[in-house]
Amino acid sequence: MRKIKSVSDLEKWRETILSKQSQDEVIVSVCGGTGCHAYGCKKVRDQFAKEIKKNGTGQKIRLRFTGCRGFCERGPIVTIQPQSIFYQRVQEKDVPFILSETIEKGGIIERLLYEDSTTKQKMASEKDIPFYKDQHRLVFGNNGLIDPEEIEDYVGIGGYQALAKALFKMEPDQIIDEIKASGLRGRGGAGFSTGKKWEECRRAPGDVKYVIVNCDEGDPGAYMDRSLMEGNPHSVLEGMIIGAFAIGANQGFIYVRHEYPLACKNAETAIKQARKAGLLGKNILGSGFDFDVEVAQGGGAFVCGESTALIASIEGRVGEPRSKQIHTVEQGLWGKPTNLNNVETWANVPLIINRGSKWFASIGTEKSKGTKIFSLVGKVKNTGLVEVPMGITLKEIIFDIGGGQQNGKKIKAVQTGGPSGGCIPASLFNLPVDFDSLAQAGSMMGSGGMIVMDEGTCMVDVAKYFVHFLQEESCGKCLPCREGLKRMGEILDSITEGRGNQESLSLLEELAEVVVDTSLCGLGKTAPNPVLSALRYFRSEFEAHIHQKRCPAGVCTPLIQYSISEADCTGCGACAKVCPAKAIEGEKKNIHHILSDLCSKCGSCKDVCKANAVMLQ
Amino acid sequence: MSHEYVDKILNKHQEKRMALISILHDIQDHYNFLPEEALRGVALRLQMDLNEIYGVAVFYKSFSLLPKGKHSITLCLGTACHVRGGPKILRELKKMLNIEPGQTTQDKQFSLNVVNCLGVCAIGPVMMVDRKFYGEMNSIKAKRVIEKLNKKRSGVKS
Repeated sequence: MRKIKSVSDLEKWRETILSKQSQDEVIVSVCGGTGCHAYGCKKVRDQFAKEIKKNGTGQKIRLRFTGCRGFCERGPIVTIQPQSIFYQRVQEKDVPFILSETIEKGGIIERLLYEDSTTKQKMASEKDIPFYKDQHRLVFGNNGLIDPEEIEDYVGIGGYQALAKALFKMEPDQIIDEIKASGLRGRGGAGFSTGKKWEECRRAPGDVKYVIVNCDEGDPGAYMDRSLMEGNPHSVLEGMIIGAFAIGANQGFIYVRHEYPLACKNAETAIKQARKAGLLGKNILGSGFDFDVEVAQGGGAFVCGESTALIASIEGRVGEPRSKQIHTVEQGLWGKPTNLNNVETWANVPLIINRGSKWFASIGTEKSKGTKIFSLVGKVKNTGLVEVPMGITLKEIIFDIGGGQQNGKKIKAVQTGGPSGGCIPASLFNLPVDFDSLAQAGSMMGSGGMIVMDEGTCMVDVAKYFVHFLQEESCGKCLPCREGLKRMGEILDSITEGRGNQESLSLLEELAEVVVDTSLCGLGKTAPNPVLSALRYFRSEFEAHIHQKRCPAGVCTPLIQYSISEADCTGCGACAKVCPAKAIEGEKKNIHHILSDLCSKCGSCKDVCKANAVMLQ
Repeated sequence: MSHEYVDKILNKHQEKRMALISILHDIQDHYNFLPEEALRGVALRLQMDLNEIYGVAVFYKSFSLLPKGKHSITLCLGTACHVRGGPKILRELKKMLNIEPGQTTQDKQFSLNVVNCLGVCAIGPVMMVDRKFYGEMNSIKAKRVIEKLNKKRSGVKS
């Protein structure tokens, strides 16, 4: 790779890449996202490489190992271009067939196609699949077109063009005005105007300034930042360089959580490649602008997603937040003005610079512009990452894209915004998804986790889960968060164990109010949200636990009991075989019984019973 | 314990104070935990109080001051995994290994950890065994994975 010293060099490089790529007759892309890895995509990729090397096919095949394609539940995913064939659940053994049937003969292998579970229709192309059809993949779509470890792939699809435009055709203030006019709001949770933040950081006095990418995606249930950082790291890097130029920073950091080793590796690779190409370092593209980036790793602390805690962590200290009376844009990393944005926010920047703020602002709602990537997970049929325009309804996401309920249980709520957000009941699924509507409903956009819950989910248990989660992740610096959450957790424990009483709920609400009002940082201030929203929309479930000592969803173990229906038991013995507590007795072909004293209420018997004879009360 | 490796790590990070977390990660990757001797070496070279390094090591959950087992079993209890039955798997793992999360079995074979999100939410409940992900788990499948590892061990011995 040669050093790119000017815009014309970049253009020439791009042309060389494109002419080289035009010789490829077939492109086989194997998804290398973490979800597909769990299903064995690496073996599939290796098998393709082996077979292509061994046999060849007469055609020039390019094998590409891409980042996450979003439809993780259907992995490993393989797509074939130019025919745009989408194969799912591909295994090693399928590789020779794909090469001989599809690539050589042009045929389609039916069994590897996606099948719509309701219409039973098979679909060969990504654009026909309901999961993809209604998406608007501006930021995330490129994941399928590039190998994240190849800078040339990114340059080939127009990468670093926005940087060239920003450096040579725009002044820093103009860039900030453009970002402001686009209406881009921070994708990490709070939704603060990105342009405004940049402006404040630019105006803050001082010669040394920093920019940071927040890839400490701690929100449980959200993984879009991981997939972007792993699948298209150069887009984040490009956004970051543009931001640094606009703000006047010469050094940047990408803070990646320790649980994401691949994101860390791909970020490091992208930085090295960009440096080698002259897109990072001294005198970028001959513009006179110097900028470099380092990767900093987290250590498994949720609170480090908070800006001041993250900064402390980069400095090598304990990740405790500080009061934000003085903002980080004025005094951040090592006391210098620091601009921190989320991964997805940075990845939107090149798009806005390339296509203009007007175009960007035409997508979305009045106050929430552009698209947002959500991780649609939990009790829904199609799970994965979906990118949709702001303003789309929850119903469209959960039912049209997500395919609705899974396992025949009715969907009753969706949890958005992670531990700072709340549960939105199915009755409000017509709500448009944007920053303000979700906040009005008692939840928030957060970083984009959307966890679907059905009748088998206990909302008291979910509230308890979040409180315990946050109690564990509280850094312990301020008392309301440290102690308040502990006491809230105890009250919720008592309710789910059948020890709740008349006063439990009022005490819970009172405590929640104190924690919200008096905690130091965002973690504590928003911590009671999941409890308050569950109480707002699902109070009857709390009351059933307290007054009737009953868990309607059948989740809270102290309040449930398993038994076997004599009328339905076929005596197959499958339940006794799986029971880890040896709590099921019965002779083969005779009715079985559960010994309640020994039963650990794990539910394994219910999962394996084909006759549906195991009852939950 | 030789300081050689610790010195190598510190040289790699140019003795930078800001790299403390990365230094600790590298030490843990090498020794499988953070040995006191190694932390003393870091304190000396970075000219920091051992107390302060200890504070960082215990604040971040990724670090362990005790040796870990041969196999690391990490169960994700993020929201998506929670609603799909993660806690049931945890109950089974605890029972099977007879340890609590954060502990290691007496024979030093298994360490059990729970994390708040592994970021593979679409295929939850997710379990990670020695960096390999297992999706759509349930207590029966989890049990099988452990049994397989146990069998492998006894197979090697015989």
